[in-house]
Amino acid sequence: MPYRLEPRGERSQLWSYASPVLAVVLTIVTMGVLFAILGTPPLTAIETFLISPLLTVSGLASLAVRAAPLIMIAVGLSFCYRANVWNIGGDGQFTLGAIAGGGLALFFPNAAFWWFYPIVLVAGVLGGMFWAGIVAFLKLKFNANEILTSLMLVYIAQLVLTWLVTGPWRDPMGYGFPQSAMFSAGATTPDFGTTSIHLGCVLAPVIAIILWQVMERSVLGFQLRVVGQAPRAARFAGFSNAKLTWIALLVSGGLSGLAGIIEVTGPIGQLTTEITPGYGFTAVIVAFLGRLHPIGVIFAGLLLALSYLGGDAAQINLHLPNAITGIFQGVLLFYLLGADVLILHRFKRVRAPAPMVLAESVK
Amino acid sequence: MSMVEVSNFIISIIAASTPLLLAASGELVTERSGVLNLGVEGMMLIGAIAGFATAHATGNAYVGVLVAAGAGMLISMVFAVLTLSFFANQIATGLALTIFGHGFAALLGANYVGIAAPVLGKIAIPGLAEIPFLGPILFDQNILIYFSFIMLGGIAWFLRKTHAGLILRAVGDSHDAAHAMGYPVIPIRYGAVAFGGAMAGIAGAYLSLFYSPLWSQDLAAGRGWIALALVVFAAWRPLWLLAGAYLFGGITYLSLFLQGLGVPIPSPLISALPYVGTVVVLVLISRDSRRIRLNQPACLGKYFHAVA
Amino acid sequence: MDSETIGPATQMPPPLLSLCGITKQFPGCLANDAVDLTVGQNEIHALLGENGAGKSTLVKIIYGVMKPDAGRIEWLGKAVRIGSPAQARSLGIGMVFQHFSLFEALTVAENIALGLNNPADRVGLQDRIVDISTRYGLPLDPARAVHDLSVGERQRIEIVRCLLQNPKLLIMDEPTSVLTPQEVFKLFETLRRLAAEGCSILYISHKLEEIRALCEQATIMRLGKVVAHCVPKEKTARELAELMISAKLKEQDFGHKIASTAAPRLVLDRLTIRSNQPFGTDLKDISFSVAPGEILGIAGIAGNGQSEFMDALSGEIPAGSPKNILLDGKPIGHDGPAKRRRQSCGFLPEERNGHGAVGPMSLSENGFLSAYVRGALHRLGVINRRRTFDFAAGVIKRFDVRTTGPQAEARSLSGGNLQKFLVGREVVQQPSLLVISQPTWGVDAGAAAAIYEALVALAQAGTAVVLISQDLDEILLLCDRIAVIAAGRVSEPMAVKEATIERIGLLMGGSEAEAVDALPA
Repeated sequence: MPYRLEPRGERSQLWSYASPVLAVVLTIVTMGVLFAILGTPPLTAIETFLISPLLTVSGLASLAVRAAPLIMIAVGLSFCYRANVWNIGGDGQFTLGAIAGGGLALFFPNAAFWWFYPIVLVAGVLGGMFWAGIVAFLKLKFNANEILTSLMLVYIAQLVLTWLVTGPWRDPMGYGFPQSAMFSAGATTPDFGTTSIHLGCVLAPVIAIILWQVMERSVLGFQLRVVGQAPRAARFAGFSNAKLTWIALLVSGGLSGLAGIIEVTGPIGQLTTEITPGYGFTAVIVAFLGRLHPIGVIFAGLLLALSYLGGDAAQINLHLPNAITGIFQGVLLFYLLGADVLILHRFKRVRAPAPMVLAESVK
Repeated sequence: MSMVEVSNFIISIIAASTPLLLAASGELVTERSGVLNLGVEGMMLIGAIAGFATAHATGNAYVGVLVAAGAGMLISMVFAVLTLSFFANQIATGLALTIFGHGFAALLGANYVGIAAPVLGKIAIPGLAEIPFLGPILFDQNILIYFSFIMLGGIAWFLRKTHAGLILRAVGDSHDAAHAMGYPVIPIRYGAVAFGGAMAGIAGAYLSLFYSPLWSQDLAAGRGWIALALVVFAAWRPLWLLAGAYLFGGITYLSLFLQGLGVPIPSPLISALPYVGTVVVLVLISRDSRRIRLNQPACLGKYFHAVA
Repeated sequence: MDSETIGPATQMPPPLLSLCGITKQFPGCLANDAVDLTVGQNEIHALLGENGAGKSTLVKIIYGVMKPDAGRIEWLGKAVRIGSPAQARSLGIGMVFQHFSLFEALTVAENIALGLNNPADRVGLQDRIVDISTRYGLPLDPARAVHDLSVGERQRIEIVRCLLQNPKLLIMDEPTSVLTPQEVFKLFETLRRLAAEGCSILYISHKLEEIRALCEQATIMRLGKVVAHCVPKEKTARELAELMISAKLKEQDFGHKIASTAAPRLVLDRLTIRSNQPFGTDLKDISFSVAPGEILGIAGIAGNGQSEFMDALSGEIPAGSPKNILLDGKPIGHDGPAKRRRQSCGFLPEERNGHGAVGPMSLSENGFLSAYVRGALHRLGVINRRRTFDFAAGVIKRFDVRTTGPQAEARSLSGGNLQKFLVGREVVQQPSLLVISQPTWGVDAGAAAAIYEALVALAQAGTAVVLISQDLDEILLLCDRIAVIAAGRVSEPMAVKEATIERIGLLMGGSEAEAVDALPA
């Protein structure tokens, strides 16, 4: 090997910004190769996948609609990951938010007060917090690994939702489809004019900016960063690991729940068996691509939202399976993780073998 | 229940347990070397589609199994390069592997949904298979079920009795000490990751070529994650792994069995049983944090950079 | 040379090992700069130098763990290339590391087997371990797991592992830093016997008296270079020290105060704590008191409960009952670290990276880490960045920390500079109680002197100081009273004047009864 990795000794500012860009470029090149293998001209395919969705106003609006839940969930995940709490159950918390808020909306189908919608949102947030709270409780009380519990809770949440919309909450007028009744006007996310842009698209960046300030300036943000980077130093400083774990999981669960309730009371309009195309998992990529930084997450959320639109466009226009989206996301995360090595390391050419006298080589 | 029903019941549990056992025993070796690969689910899916597509094209399920093992190993090498050579976070990289595996299997599998491939046939062991009751259970199964037992025994023997196994455990216990003594930490870990990848690939092939011979997109259904939980459950010891895999196989089959009986519980809730079971078992096991810490490879998930 | 030795066999036997011009460059530091070293046959040879002088790098090159950038190695007169520890072992080089390369979860026999490359060597291993260990007075049970063993026993594993391969050269890296004086005495006997039987020893240390007692030849290193070859018995300890340390030594004698009659600042009353680490040491029934202005030293060998003791005093592990720990008469046993700091306590644990400081964070943030409680560095949950920055800048200025400023990352500082910053961080808060562990571990002599002065000044201003250290010289230099921690128990404190090395040594080995017998009449 003519090159060797060598620690830089400090973080490279340049590479902490350049590595996501490099990862995106490499991903696009790889996707081009993949498209060619699949028998589609690469440039056309990339144009369809990444550019065509951005050329219309409605396309841009869809981008914002897709990005909103990703950003909300990922901002919360960044919070967790900074604290070294590995919540990967965003999808489950999203689903529970939808169930809790959606259930309330279904229970009062005629509520038409202006304050009913905020209550539905709060119920959604509480639902997500409850689901994430289980993870926190099991981790702190029983030392159960949060990666596995949060993930199992994704499957459980999905099955609970399936049960509800095929059983007790099924719309009696729905011809037996597995879905609930449509939510009433009083429990619908407001949208803006003729576009599909809704309240969530505005809330997401606002939440990101607030959490950014919390992370940067508050004692709480400092505590979370210390506990994530050096848990013993956090104990030394007197920061409570249990308290911080609770906060990180509740914030992230609450935001996923909020994303869930906005999604079902907004773009979807009812509860169905398929309310998330894996937003909770994509948000993991969003969080990493955004450097676990809320502002970075906004940009990363837009890019990953584009991958969903691109998948749809590729399916419609090029007759490619929309699983392309998943490949794009996985490859992007691979490249990002690989490129990140350059933040703390550099490649160095290995010099010619050490100038030693090689009189006798020992076996 | 008649004897035949009991025997069928046991055979069904074995069938449900085997993919867990295969995937978890690979992961156990990986983790014993100090590497946490959370991408088991993704590697299983890639193995499943690679095995399925190969068997469908060649008409031979055994070729499918071999290709599945190779595919699982290949994708695990992506993980190994990123985490071992580029020092990427093992948790994030494992997740990337799972996300990629879902996408990859869905892309390649898009044309196979609802299609059947050649199925792994049963191999009756002459003489023994005719033993009443035990014969069909123990000696008239497909090759991967025999293989799962042979591998588990082999792993137990390897880790406990061989010098190479001792070196693998040493690398997982303290990579710095192992390096200081001159053992090639990174190559050993590459090997352990590759083994885990091959086993996960084979577990995937078991699902697509035997357990659920019609291709469907969500074939793995969280089994890769349950396999990860099993390794914790087993406290990184092979024989406990066997017990755990059969416990979970039993729970999985029980949820199918109850749905078949028509018990008055909605079927989605019964389907949640294995996942709830995993959480419950994880909680029970993890309560004794001292036991976990005593058995867990001390370097699990930590990255290693040799100063040369 | 005597004329009688001239005869047919005039030819001198070639030296066992000879290094010539060994150079090793690390990013930002030249660890070895054209180093020459010759070890004769049957010789006990000292490699002497301060922390950071390049000794460890040099022996790692000899043992094949690292490769030199330039230079030549000869073994019995022939040039060789040592590419790996396995090659070194096959030549006949054995090494006992300073930080043992042992595997906690494995047994003694498994650990030893891992050091034997030749499968034939592993046959009948258990018996041969028992055999060697009894022959050289190094008792070991091959079936025990390493995490159950004391530090001294662990060192025996390493030595036995080397001896099983009949080495011609045994490298020992700072072997006595973990031993009681009595154990050191036994180790020297073993080493002398080995040398007499034909095994040369390369002995790395910075302890001068030891080297004068044991070694026939010495090579002295400073900042990566060899500065002298000499016969240690012909030099005084002071002369050796001056060769080792660049500057002339400043006499340091802080004097010792007589026990204070003031009301105690800190009282420990039957403190008993279970370790929260898997292989940790439990604390048993610890009682003593410390007066304002007093420095109490806690001596002891590593791994006898020091880190648990530190955690118990800082509040990272709560005590069984609040009354187990009294501060100015107030029970604080259940208070966490922040609450104890609010009551004017300061703490600094042994481990800098990741415990006392966060490496990837700035000095400013690291200042906030312990000073936020009493320094008024935050308000309504928001960090006051200006004051935090000024606090760190103040510490940097007052303690002469060499860095680019408060925004520099902690890990960019050298060990000595970071330690000065951390000690300074605690000292400028003027605590009424300071608990500090291993304040000069891995720190150069200049920084150590500055840290000593700061601690003594703090005590003179009325702070009660508890100093936990494995460096007996340091404790004897600074402290007014001494207690010894062994297997989680702390002995009755004694005035420094009453403390003999022998008595402290016996206490370190955990034999309290014998230590009482050794009291001066």
